[in-house]
Amino acid sequence: MASLTVQNISKSFGQAGVIKNLSFEVRDGEFCVLLGPSGCGKTTLLRIIAGLEEASGGTIVIGDRRVDTLAPRDRDLAFVFQTYALYPHLTVAENLAFTLEVRGAARAEIRRRVDETAKTLGLDGLLARKPRELSGGQRQRVAVGRAIIRHPKLFLFDEPLSNLDAALRGEMRGELARLHKRLGATILYVTHDQAEAMTLADKIIVLDRGAIQQTGAPAEIYHAPANLFVAGFVGSPRMNFAEGAVNGAGLFIGEDCRFDVSEMLPDNVKRGDTPLTIGIRPEDLTIAADGPAAIEGRVEIVEDLGSDKFVHVASAGRGWVARMAPEAPLKPGGAVRLRAADGKLHIFHSGRRIGR
Amino acid sequence: MKRADRAAVWFVLPSLFLVALFSIYPICASVRLGFYRTILMLPWLGEKFVGLENYADLATDAVALQSLGVTLLFVGASATMEVLVGAGMALLLNESFRGRGLVRAAVLVPWAIPTVVSSQMWRYIFNYRYGLFNFLVFGRDTSRYIAPLAEPWLARAAIIFADVWKTSSFAALIVLAGLQTIPDELYEAAEVDGAGAWQKLRRITLPLLKPALLLALLFRTIDAFKVFDLVFVMTQGGPADATNVLQFYGYKKIFAEGMIGYGSAIAVGVFLISLALALLYIRLIGARVLEPGAAR
Repeated sequence: MASLTVQNISKSFGQAGVIKNLSFEVRDGEFCVLLGPSGCGKTTLLRIIAGLEEASGGTIVIGDRRVDTLAPRDRDLAFVFQTYALYPHLTVAENLAFTLEVRGAARAEIRRRVDETAKTLGLDGLLARKPRELSGGQRQRVAVGRAIIRHPKLFLFDEPLSNLDAALRGEMRGELARLHKRLGATILYVTHDQAEAMTLADKIIVLDRGAIQQTGAPAEIYHAPANLFVAGFVGSPRMNFAEGAVNGAGLFIGEDCRFDVSEMLPDNVKRGDTPLTIGIRPEDLTIAADGPAAIEGRVEIVEDLGSDKFVHVASAGRGWVARMAPEAPLKPGGAVRLRAADGKLHIFHSGRRIGR
Repeated sequence: MKRADRAAVWFVLPSLFLVALFSIYPICASVRLGFYRTILMLPWLGEKFVGLENYADLATDAVALQSLGVTLLFVGASATMEVLVGAGMALLLNESFRGRGLVRAAVLVPWAIPTVVSSQMWRYIFNYRYGLFNFLVFGRDTSRYIAPLAEPWLARAAIIFADVWKTSSFAALIVLAGLQTIPDELYEAAEVDGAGAWQKLRRITLPLLKPALLLALLFRTIDAFKVFDLVFVMTQGGPADATNVLQFYGYKKIFAEGMIGYGSAIAVGVFLISLALALLYIRLIGARVLEPGAAR
């Protein structure tokens, strides 16, 4: 295994810059997730690292070797494709053996490694099958097997679970996490699915419009989003936002809400007319039994998920979403008063996080 | 019958009528004529039913057997070369390069020219006095010029060459279609796996192209069995029956010698061979051999 260092990578198609001067590092043995919406450039970035696409500039170092001028085959990495890209005319065993064969490994060695890999991934009984005779999950496993059989320095995953149904996706997520632990592999993993990112990653890099928005541990990304994009993209249901300003008493006043931010606001932010955005996650909105309410409104819809209730509240023409315990006594049409849990507000100024 | 089905019948009927008129009726008529002895020059003999006699004669007709040999040679050589050349062309055309669209169109030109026209062109090229062939081989030294179409093996080679020139692009089209069904990701996976250009061709492209190659070979084989116009224009079956393919032999029997029954029997023979190949083709489709990733 080895670390990956990406420096000043850019890529443009014609006039459009898809990736803008990106730099980041994945440490040896780290599971790093590139998270972003479709079209943010994450797959392009992955393909550049693999050598399947050429960057307009920048350097890529794997371990202590600069690889950006090398052919994909010489970069000593494995790529798991979204569509798996299994060779349809070859059996599972032949698919696994392919990379060793074209690299001229000895027959006995190939056999040993195929058996070992099949055992690791539970493909033992399927070795003689063709890809089209496999289920989605099995194909996925073969694709992973094809990647791990060569023991490369770096694994690149391009949305590997997006073609699976929800139940299988959860299962494979667990398997990937276990595999990472056992192999101690360095992994760069692209996804738009935040659940995958949160559960798998040691480190998440949030990407939007070809630029890094934030890098950090999953908890950090979730609890201290660096800007409005990250705050809005990570978390489901989405974070509630309100625009407004802080008055002299340290009270944030929005169109239909008021929050006490006196303790959170840095001293250098001018009270009065500085336009701010307040963010609050649905689970941080609670019912204000008595005392001052931040939001007063009417319950519009209650989505009962069994484990939680997503309560949609309308106030002054706009909506808030609160995540409540299933026993919360809220009915559509009823009046509701909400407040923010202590210290759970996120404050943004011109799109960036300020305050604690 | 449902309304939609009834409507469908009306849509199918016109083409069914044309097929019946121009395919089914002539085939049936040929089969019928093959059982009779009718000789145009001897009308007073009338139409005499002779059962399988024409076919029995055919089996022992030295010229017919020789024609079959020539036909098989033509079919084997031209179909094989067309698929090989076509595959090469397809591989080239599948690469992206400047002006690819133009080249793709240009490649199809020989195929678009009516065979009679292109055969005429080849006849000129192989002409014994002013043909380009002679000029390319012997230059201005006209004393050494030969008549390629008067030499048995050169004449055979000439019609095969002309056919390859004309229909390779058809094979290329089928192979190209096959190539385009191979996802780019397979090549990318192979690249990351460590395969070079040659390994990609041998381990990915060719195995996945097998259905398309087989299809092209079958189409070309069926078509080549029916070769006629090329021979008609270029050699008239000569020299000394060296290029006397079955279809042309049948034509000569009917129209030159007036042996309607015997010529029809030959035509029916060619039809049966084509039919057998077509059925084989349909069976291969049924066996899913022609689907990518099916057979090994």
